[in-house]
Parts: sequence; C-alpha cells; structure tokens
Amino acid sequence: MGKKLFRGGVHPHDEKERTASLPVVDAGLPERLFLPVSQHIGAPAKPIVTKGDKVLGGQVVAEAAGFVSVPIHASTSGTVRSVAPYAHPLGAEQLAIEIEVDGEDTFVEAEGPMEPIADPFNHDPNEIKTRILAAGIVGMGGATFPTHVKLSPPPEIGIDTIILNGVECEPFLTADHRLMLDRPDDIINGLKVILAIFGLDSGFIGIEKNKPDPIALMQDKAASLGGVEVKPLEVRYPQGAEKQLIHAISGRDVPSAALPMAVGTVVQNVATAVAIWEAVTQGKPLTSRICTVTGDGVKEPKNLLIRTGTPIGYLIEQCGGLTDDIAKVIMGGPMMGLSQYTLDVPSTKGTSGLLCLPASQVRTEPQKSCISCGRCVSSCPMGLSPTTIYNFIDADRVAEADEWDTLDCIECASCSYVCPAGIPLVQYIRYAKGRVLARRRQLGT
Amino acid sequence: MKPTLYITSSPHVFDGDSVSKIMWTVSAALLPSALWGFYLFGLPALAVTALCVAFSAIFEAVAQKLRGREVTIEDGSAVLTGLLLAMNLPAAAPWWLCVFGAATAVLLGKQVFGGLGHNPFNPALVARVVMLISFPVEMTDWTVSSGVLADAVTAATPLGEAKTFLMSPERGQLPQVALMDLFIGMRPGSIGETSTLLLLLGAAVLYVRRIITLDIPLGFIAALLAVTIPAYMLAPDKYLSPQLHLMTGGLMLGAFFMATDMVTSPLNGKGRLVFGIGCGLITAIIRLWGGYPEGVSFSILLMNSTVPLIDRYTKPRKFGFVPVKKGGEA
Amino acid sequence: MIEAALVLGGIGFLAALGLGAASIKFHVETDPRVEEVAEALPGVNCGACGLTGCNALAEAIVAGGALPNACIPGGEDVSKNIATIMGLDAEKAEKFIAVLHCKGVHGKAIDKGQYLGIPDCRAAALVLSSPKGCNYGCMGLGTCERSCPFDAIHMGDKGIAVVDAEACTGCGSCVRACPKSILDLRPLSMNVHIRCNSPLSGKQIKALCSVGCIGCGRCEKICPVEAISMSRGLAIIDAEKCVDCGMCAQVCPTSNIDDALAPRRDLLIEEEKCIGCTKCAKVCPVDAIEGEKKEVHKIHQEKCIGCQRCVQVCPVDAVMLGAERPKPGAKKKTSEAATDG
Repeated sequence: MGKKLFRGGVHPHDEKERTASLPVVDAGLPERLFLPVSQHIGAPAKPIVTKGDKVLGGQVVAEAAGFVSVPIHASTSGTVRSVAPYAHPLGAEQLAIEIEVDGEDTFVEAEGPMEPIADPFNHDPNEIKTRILAAGIVGMGGATFPTHVKLSPPPEIGIDTIILNGVECEPFLTADHRLMLDRPDDIINGLKVILAIFGLDSGFIGIEKNKPDPIALMQDKAASLGGVEVKPLEVRYPQGAEKQLIHAISGRDVPSAALPMAVGTVVQNVATAVAIWEAVTQGKPLTSRICTVTGDGVKEPKNLLIRTGTPIGYLIEQCGGLTDDIAKVIMGGPMMGLSQYTLDVPSTKGTSGLLCLPASQVRTEPQKSCISCGRCVSSCPMGLSPTTIYNFIDADRVAEADEWDTLDCIECASCSYVCPAGIPLVQYIRYAKGRVLARRRQLGT
Repeated sequence: MKPTLYITSSPHVFDGDSVSKIMWTVSAALLPSALWGFYLFGLPALAVTALCVAFSAIFEAVAQKLRGREVTIEDGSAVLTGLLLAMNLPAAAPWWLCVFGAATAVLLGKQVFGGLGHNPFNPALVARVVMLISFPVEMTDWTVSSGVLADAVTAATPLGEAKTFLMSPERGQLPQVALMDLFIGMRPGSIGETSTLLLLLGAAVLYVRRIITLDIPLGFIAALLAVTIPAYMLAPDKYLSPQLHLMTGGLMLGAFFMATDMVTSPLNGKGRLVFGIGCGLITAIIRLWGGYPEGVSFSILLMNSTVPLIDRYTKPRKFGFVPVKKGGEA
Repeated sequence: MIEAALVLGGIGFLAALGLGAASIKFHVETDPRVEEVAEALPGVNCGACGLTGCNALAEAIVAGGALPNACIPGGEDVSKNIATIMGLDAEKAEKFIAVLHCKGVHGKAIDKGQYLGIPDCRAAALVLSSPKGCNYGCMGLGTCERSCPFDAIHMGDKGIAVVDAEACTGCGSCVRACPKSILDLRPLSMNVHIRCNSPLSGKQIKALCSVGCIGCGRCEKICPVEAISMSRGLAIIDAEKCVDCGMCAQVCPTSNIDDALAPRRDLLIEEEKCIGCTKCAKVCPVDAIEGEKKEVHKIHQEKCIGCQRCVQVCPVDAVMLGAERPKPGAKKKTSEAATDG
C-alpha cells in the first residue's frame, strides 16, 4: 500500500485560484432546456415524451436503451417543445428534448421506484443498483460512464478497493473542490453506500495536495464518520486518471487494455457519490451538478449549480458574459475538454466546467516538424511513445501504430502539452486509434 | 452576436516551450564559450564564427526557397548549426572553408533530408568531418595570430601531441599541460572547445531549462573513462591521463552540446544512455588506437546512424505491462 | 598481380556456380502469363480491384480468381489486352468516375469556427465532427486528394474537392478514404448529380448551407422515370434508372442538382440527314420519337424531356440542339416549395 507516483505526467499551472474560494451559486432557470438523449457513454436514451407534453422536474423523459445506458430526467418543469436533432457538445447534432421552462420548478414526488430507502447501508445491493440506474447516474468526472454498470462487475471478479476520485487534476476546474467543501458528509455517505454494495468496510478518497482545505475537512469528517481514508496525493497531471489514481493509492497497476476491476478496484467521482446518496435516500434523479465557469474569457468566473440541459450561453450570461476578445469556449478542462463552436450547446451530466479563453491564450501557430526531443515520451503517463505513433500514422503505417500500443493511450494530452513543435499528438493518436480499430476489425481480431 | 471561435482538439493549454526557444537557448548557452574563444584567439575567431553563422542562415533560406518551403531561419536552428560548426573550427580557418562548411552542414547535413527534424546526422558534425577529411591541413592549423594566446602556443593540441607520440615515440612526447589551464581554457584548439568550465556552465543552463538530459553526457563520459582509466593505469607512459581525456578535444562540447542534439539522439532515457555509452566507447577507441587524434565527431556521427535502431529496441515499458497478482499486495 | 586476379576470378566463378545451382534447385514454376498480365496492368497498385496490387491481380486473373476486366482504372484497353493474353472475350465495362455529393463551397456553407489541427479530414472529423457547420459535407482538407493514385481529385480554392473527370479512373480510392462518404462512383455518362449528402431537415440545412438539399421532393415529383427517391430529407438518384434528362436540376430550389448539359435545349431532327435507322426511337426513354424504318423521324416536343440520348446514338448526327427549353414548372415561384418537406 504505497503512495506511489506514476511515471510521466506534466505540471500545468493549476489556475484554480480564480474560483477555488467562491461558493457555489445557483445558476437559476433558463427559458429553455435542451436535454440530449446522449449524455453518457453507451446507447442513447429513448425519448418517451412528445411535443406538447407537460413534464415535471425529475420526470423521466427518455428511458435507458440497453444495459449500458441510463434514463434522462427533466431537470425542471415545463412543456416539451420539440424532440429533434440539436447542437451537442460532441459536434454532431443529437436528438434532444426541448423543454420550455414554466418557472414553477415543480418536481415529481419521490415515490414508487424512487421512494427513499430508509437504511441504505443494509439494503439489497441489487435494489440499490437499480435505483442508481433509475436515477440516471453516470460518472460525473467527465467520462459519463453509466455508474450502475461500473458497480456491476462480473460475479467472478472480487472487488476489494473502492476509491473516490476527488483529485480534480484538470487545471482551472474547482467543481469537485467546492463539492468537497460543501458536502463532505454526503460524499462519505455515498462512498459508504458503494462500499455496502460490495460488502466492504472501508474505502479511499484521493485528493491532490493543492487542495489543502478539502483535505483537512474530509479528513476531519472521515475521522468522525469512519470507514474512509483520505489520501493526499502528489500534484501532477493526470493524477486523476483512473489507472494513475489506483497506482497512487493502492500501488496496483491496471493491466494494459483492462478495466480497474481487473485489480479489484472501482473508482467513482466524488460528485457521483453525492448523486448516489441523493438518489438512494431522497429519491432524487441526477438533474443538476456543479460546473465551474472560468478562464480569462469570461467576466466573472463562478462555481454554478446548473440544471442539465442548460445552454452554455445562459451559464456564461450568469457569469457576466464573455469578454470581447473571446477565442475559445471549452466544455470541460483545458487538458481534455472539448472546444465548442456555439453557445447554444446544452450542458450535460458530465459538464464539470466551461473554460473561456481569450485570443491571447489560444495557440494558433501551425505545427512544425518533430525534432525528436522525446518530451512526449517522458511525459506520457502510460509509457507510450507518442511521436513514434504520430510518425507511423502520418505515414499510414497502421500496423506499426498498433504495435506501438496506440490503443493504450488515455488521451490525457500531456504529450501535446509539452510538444515544442506544436504537434497535435493527441489528435493524431485519437485518429490512429480509429485506424487501428478499423484494421483490427478488418483482420477479424 | 456570435463570436467566431477556434475549434481544436484537446489540450487547450501548453507549457509554452517551442522549437525556436530551444534553439535560441542552446545558442545562448554556447555564447560564453564562444566569447572565450574570441578572447583567446582574437578577431579571426570572431570572423570565423560570423561567417559560419551568416552563411548557415543564408544557405538554409536559399534551400528552403528552392524547395518551395517557408523560410524559417528565425527558428534559430540554422544559426545554431552555424555556431556549433564555428565552435568546431580552428580560428585560423580561411573564409572559404567556413562557407564550404556552412554549405555542407546545412545542405548536405540537413536540407537534403527534408530540413529540421528529418536529418539523421548532426549537421555541424557532418560538415566538420567532411572538412577534416577533405582539408586536413587547414582544419588542424592551430596558429594564433591575435588574441590572448597570440604566438604563445604553436603546433598542436594536447591530443594531437599525444597521438604523434603514440604513433612514433621518437618524434614527440606526452604533452605536459596544467590541468587548471585546461579547465579554464588557456590552451589552443577549436574556437569553442577550450574552456571546460564555460562549457559546463552552458550545459547547466540547458539542464535546468530541461533541454538536455544527463543520460547522454554521463553515459559518454563514463564510457570514455571506463576505457581510458585502465589504459592509463596499465601504461601511464604511453597514454594520456583520464583527466586530460576529459578536458581536451571536443569532449565537453561534444558530450553536452553535440551528442545531445534532440533530432539525432534517441527518444527516451534508456536509448539515450545506450547512445551516450556508444559515443564514449568509440571516442576512446579512436583516441587510443585510431589514426585520428580526436574521435568525438566520428563517434557521435556513428552513433547517430544507430538511433533508429536504438529507438526500435528501447521502446518504453508501457503502464500496466506487468500484470499484478489479483487482489494482491494491498 | 596475377595472384590477385586469380583469387578474385576464382571467387567470382564459385559464386556464379552457386547461384546457378540454386536457381536450378529452387526453381519455382510460374505461369508466364502472370508476367504478361502484370505487364498489361497499369502498375500503380491502387487497390481498386480489392487486391494488394497489380501483381496480385495478375496472379488472380491467371488463376481464374478474377475477370480480365477486374482492373477498373485500366479501363477497356487494359481489359482487352488481358483478355487477349488469357484468350477470353473482354466484357465491356462501363467507365465510372468519382462524384462529390457536396456543393458547400466557401461562402455558401458556413464553418463552425476556425479549425486548427491536423489538416486531414479523417482526423478533423474527430473535432466536433467537422470544421464545417454541416456535419455531412466536404471538409476540404484533402484526404481524397492524397489518396488518389491518379492525381485526379484536387481541393481547388473553394474549399471542396473537385474531380477531374478525364483523369479519374473510378478506382474508388477516394470513396474509401472519405470519412463522410460524400464521394461515390457514378457512370461517366451521367450528367446529372445531386450535390448534397445531408439528411437534415430543410430548416436546419438552410442555417448551415445555402446550396444544400432541403428535401423538398420537387425533383422526385418531376422525374419522368422515378429515378429519384427521398431518404431522410435527402434526394438520391438511382443511376440505373436515371435517363439524364436534367429536369430535376431545373426544378431544384437551391440549385443543388448539377446538370453538366444545362441549359437543356429543344431537340430537332434534321430531315435531310436522317436515314431512318430507328436508333433514336429505340433509345428514347419517353417514346417521344416517331418514325418508320428508312423514313425521316420526328420528335414530339411535348413528350420530349431533352435527355439527348438520341443525340448520342444517332450515327449521322441528325439530331440537332435547338432553342433553350423552358424550365418545367417555371411559372411557380421557387420560394413556395423551398421550405416544405
């Protein structure tokens, strides 16, 4: 059980000072909400409302389509105005349910399948998992993988370690930071619900050392509530990546191409733990989250409590609007976030931040030739050789790109971050992944 | 109002380093040694340096124009090549040799392969070796006509003397040089190779700025010592002492500034160590038993040619490569 | 001196002996026709035949695993030559070329924003699906251009790919390379093409591109041979059925459909030249040509759709192009139909 630091990684300036000390404020209700049916990894949810339907907050508007899928709930009350393709953070239009908000903000009663569970720590694990699915809970760190799936490993796999991820290693973002300060009890209780599912007594919460106040608070609470060990972790990106986090906390290395469960571990975000606690004890589906709106491109950076489906333009308005020299709006953090092209895009269950960068902070120079400095190699937390993969895929040598472990890349972007030639290495590797997978399919392996 | 936004793949922040910053930093790190060279050898050294730098930049621009590429002399790589070349020349080098050297370095050493990043060999060393073989007299003319060392020393560098002695003992003797002079740089030689102290200073800057790592220079030096120490212990009357080996010739310049050239060295630490050791061994072999007094340039060039092979066989170990026993040592 | 010559000569002699022995011992029996067929193939290894290269195809053809006309880029000449080598009849293959189903040039189609990154369509598709507002259109980053073994497709300066019909051999490399599947192979003889690939609704398209297919269905209605079908708001021409009349192009409210023969003209038969061979009447898809054998034929203008098939088949060039034909349904205002559908 060592606190080991992973190889590689980078030290971007954490930029969290803008919002770390600001309390979370409610963003309020926009006039219209757009709930994409695809807010998670897996099959898009199937809409079950049509134009003209009145919906209440917390009502299911799209149901899960398959095991790796979750339902979508209305995040406030109003009238369905359309169910049509709409702008989506990933770029391609996705089916979205448009709700005209009535302002009443009435929610459905928590009853039937959502009835609060009185003693969640001694409840049937399967019912708890069903509840987590019914509440539409997904990994809220950004990956948005359905939580009930993660909590349902095959029976032959024994899980002995549960880790809550409070690392928040992405620069700029402070959503988890604030959550840990505001709701430490709920986080620990959520963790205990997860522990109860696996019949375990204690789990871990990993927090980077650049957040001393949440560490102190969580350690305090952990001492009084028990069953939790708070692990302060070295500050290095990507400390919050699942495999690196497990490495740091338990010293186990998740094998290549395997999931954390292969080393008996389940990792959940702290926000997910709170969502689980609310779903189980209050019957609340996942309809809101904390989102950090930050960067020098927005006038008043804030930590906002947002409803899922709120157009990002509305959120930015709540923060005083964009500056005149705005050049980039990013959903998520600066290392792994997605640059957006329109403020119409709705926020989703995974929107942990909106980063607005002014023109002076956007790199626009075209890429230069690789000078083989090897910085990408030494920064890669997965022990890959990004420039080699880049060279192979640039020459259409897909087989070699595969041989050099393209598919092991976690797309943390450390390599692009350090590249002095400005080569978009992650983009090349993401592209290479597609080619490698296509080739493997073709070869039938 | 709908602002026009940039859309790119992640990441959206960078550490701010660039190829040109790296090139200019290396050039700046060489500057103390170059200035020392001007001080020792006077105006001719300055002229040689100016010619090499200017013509490297000119040839680079011309070649890029001819190839229909963007002219990128402002990225400093041609300037650095010219500067490194000058550091490897004697101050007495005639002007045409400098122009020839710059042309060889930039055109034959770099642009024919596709420009910066594509050259397998260190351009400045390609030029130096071509010149050494083609114009051995001019390349080993250590006369100093002005500067501090004017007329103080005549013939050869310490390594040259040692080699003469080794080849035909009746015609020479092992040189007697004060180590302190070598360390500070009071000795003849190529413009930039004289002062071990200033070269180490520049190297320290590069190390702190994370432009070089220590695996190549340390591997280089360790391997050289591994051969020269036993040789000296066995036959001190025949071979130079290891300290002399360290501080003479272009060793410091080569180990810290030439062998560490990013483009022509391996990608990761393991590979760089192998590369450094290879350089050191070849240098030692040439110095002790070869026909040339000095082997740094040849060794680095030879090792340059092995870089693709080294890279191939020193693939980094990927995360999670060694599977952990299930439910293991928790 | 003599010694050296003897030694070297001896070594050379021994080596020659060894090589000779090896070539006899390890001789592999090959059909001489493989070499001949490979010789007849273009030798660009484009892969259009589905094999790894021209030599592989030559082996396949000789082994009977592929037909003599399997080389699409080679066209008729190559298949004829190969058929001769193989002693078979060459099947006449129609020439196909790549057609781009997008018209979204700069100024007509909007961009999402300023894209910075890998200048390759397949890689750019990973960033918000496409730098263009339309996620179905040509991104203009030239993946097809680089994939073309015949230098037959270029990006030009308008931001979309342009196929050089002369140079294109229909090998399909670009079709396989395009991440948006905007290119497909169409008969070279076809002159009318739909230049859009987006299934989005008219309203959505209008916001992104002024020349996209809005799915109004007017082309489908006017087509005399039912060659056009609507699929999720996008018109598609069935190349098998299309008679190339160009009427769809004339009614398209966004001018999305291209007609290489526009403006279409009335067709008239020059009485002095007509020899009454009936070829034109046979080829007419709408039975607009009348005439007995060996007598002068006549085109009924009210039936004629102006497809010009008769012009192509007439052995004596008796069908002439007359005045410009009026647009079908020209009375209607185009805006009426522009947004429905």
